[in-house]
Amino acid sequence: MSARLESMAEALLARFDGVLHRRESSCGELSYDLDAADLQATAVALRDEEDFSFATLIDVCGVDYLGYGQAQWRTEAATESGFSRAVEPGASTTRSASESERRAQEQPARFAAVYHLLSLRHNLRVRLRAFAVGENPPVLPSVTGVWQAADWFEREAFDLFGIVFEGHGDLRRILTDYGFIGHPFRKDFPLSGKVEVRYDEDKRRVVYEPVSIEPRTLVPRVIRDDNRYRPALRAEPGDGGGQVGDG
Amino acid sequence: MAEFQSYTMNFGPQHPAAHGVLRLVLEMDGEVVTRADPHIGLLHRATEKLAESKPYNQSIGYMDRLDYVSMMANEHGYVLAIEKLLGIEPPPRALYIRVMFDEITRILNHLLWLGCHGLDVGAMTIFLYCFRERENLMDCYEAVSGTRMHATYYRPGGVYRDLPEQMPRHLAQPDAKRVSARDKAMDEGRDGSLLDFIEHFTRRFPGYVDEYETLLTENRIWKQRTVGISVVSPERALNLGFTGPMLRGSGVEWDLRKKQPYAAYADMDFDIPVGVNGDCYDRYLVRVEELRQSNRIIRQCVDWLRANPGPVMVDDFKLAPPKREEMKEKMESLIHHFKLFTEGYCVPEGEAYAAVEHPKGEFGVYLVSDGANKPFRVKIRAPGFAHMAAMDEMVRGHMLADVVATIGTMDVVFGEIDR
Repeated sequence: MSARLESMAEALLARFDGVLHRRESSCGELSYDLDAADLQATAVALRDEEDFSFATLIDVCGVDYLGYGQAQWRTEAATESGFSRAVEPGASTTRSASESERRAQEQPARFAAVYHLLSLRHNLRVRLRAFAVGENPPVLPSVTGVWQAADWFEREAFDLFGIVFEGHGDLRRILTDYGFIGHPFRKDFPLSGKVEVRYDEDKRRVVYEPVSIEPRTLVPRVIRDDNRYRPALRAEPGDGGGQVGDG
Repeated sequence: MAEFQSYTMNFGPQHPAAHGVLRLVLEMDGEVVTRADPHIGLLHRATEKLAESKPYNQSIGYMDRLDYVSMMANEHGYVLAIEKLLGIEPPPRALYIRVMFDEITRILNHLLWLGCHGLDVGAMTIFLYCFRERENLMDCYEAVSGTRMHATYYRPGGVYRDLPEQMPRHLAQPDAKRVSARDKAMDEGRDGSLLDFIEHFTRRFPGYVDEYETLLTENRIWKQRTVGISVVSPERALNLGFTGPMLRGSGVEWDLRKKQPYAAYADMDFDIPVGVNGDCYDRYLVRVEELRQSNRIIRQCVDWLRANPGPVMVDDFKLAPPKREEMKEKMESLIHHFKLFTEGYCVPEGEAYAAVEHPKGEFGVYLVSDGANKPFRVKIRAPGFAHMAAMDEMVRGHMLADVVATIGTMDVVFGEIDR
């Protein structure tokens, strides 16, 4: 498996040098970043060229990187001040400067779309990530002309994240209600939503009102620096990783 | 003579043949469909967003509720993605249990599909036959997890517990004198363990499949309604993102269980049926043959599980709870138990995509973790979503009645399409 994976990685590097940027994967997957401008040309080449023949688009996934790597509960400074008890709305730990810099480099924009491709001929998968240009609205070129399957997946990413796919012929909402306002999977959209519905006896119809539930966190988000997952301590990726099981 | 003009027709969402909550807006030219616009999302529950707000293990139950007729197959995709990120491998016995229950799930799913597809195009009896066998398999679910449908049985690192030694019975006192023969028949095969019961089922099941085939395969009405309907060429099927029986019905030999084996599928001996013409009838034949192949796989798992006792969960208290007894006696176990069920475990930063051959196609879970105890992003790749998207292409030019046959052949369940 991994030999075929590496030969595909070499072929991709030779053909798309400077266009596709490989990202490290802890579980032996082929994962690349590319610019939004290169997306369509790369997609056509990946589908049509013999060496790749990624005939199937498995999935398009919108991602909102707002708040990536931020926790709600500090865990490392327990001995100095004790643990915090509850989660204040909107509170999150601050990152170190070097950490933020690394993140900014890795994630140049807030929204991205992740494409999963499958090649039946080579029995391999490839993941492409393209960051959307701009934030209001974030824009990406559409790949519906390359894979018909992208049609609904892009509609979904538009509906839930507000990513506009240029060149998509029919970019309507798909999963949310008729007349819905907002993009519910964005990280700044509350889990409980913004409106609730009930039947109004006097008006004799269903009315929309601002939501009455207060957002609350049941389990705080915690990031622990766990040595067991350090790459150096992990066994070969994919074969089961010996360190974790020893508990 | 007045000329017919094209008109728009609404189909569903409260139509029995809409398989739940599909709303179709059909543009008709007489009785011929010129355009179909499916409106989905009436069952949208934001499963992915809910999963982002909870520790990893607490979302397994949501997976059952995606495709609510193949529950454990959904769980499998999710736990596989977590295991991939954690870099752990469950013990072999857990893998075989998973394969066995994946195939039980496949039979459950295909039986429901066969019954409903038959009912949609006018065959009543097949529905009753299929539900008779589903009942037995639901009992297996119940025996192993305590619930008939939403099992939450697979966990990252293995399965929740080992197979029970005693298969539950319907009768509390099977030897009592006033038990009727009919009641006794309900307890047939339940004298021994769960494995005995499953083996008993696998012996009976091929005969049942013959019964279904007697009803449909050469049935004139069935063939008139399915042969040549909604033909998809292999090239189009790939471009449309088809997977599973929808792709195999078009003649593409592609099955993740064979091509990218996970769990214990590499050790299993089974065949992949493929269709020739890519119409509804071929997809029917493919799924019926899959019933037989699943039965074969279950049989192999039963034999292996009989011969190989062992642990069913990784030995790591960060991921699996300690024994109840230990928890009462040892401080460390108590802490582990408390932390696991409140905070959960942190998954190393990274991303993973894990796919399983779900009864409906490729069910994939794409996980993005930033190192926290909750996933940063979960994306569920539901096979039915891609199939539903092809609705327009598949029914264009067909009659209105064929729309129902097409919905049936897609095997749609809105729990997974709307998520």
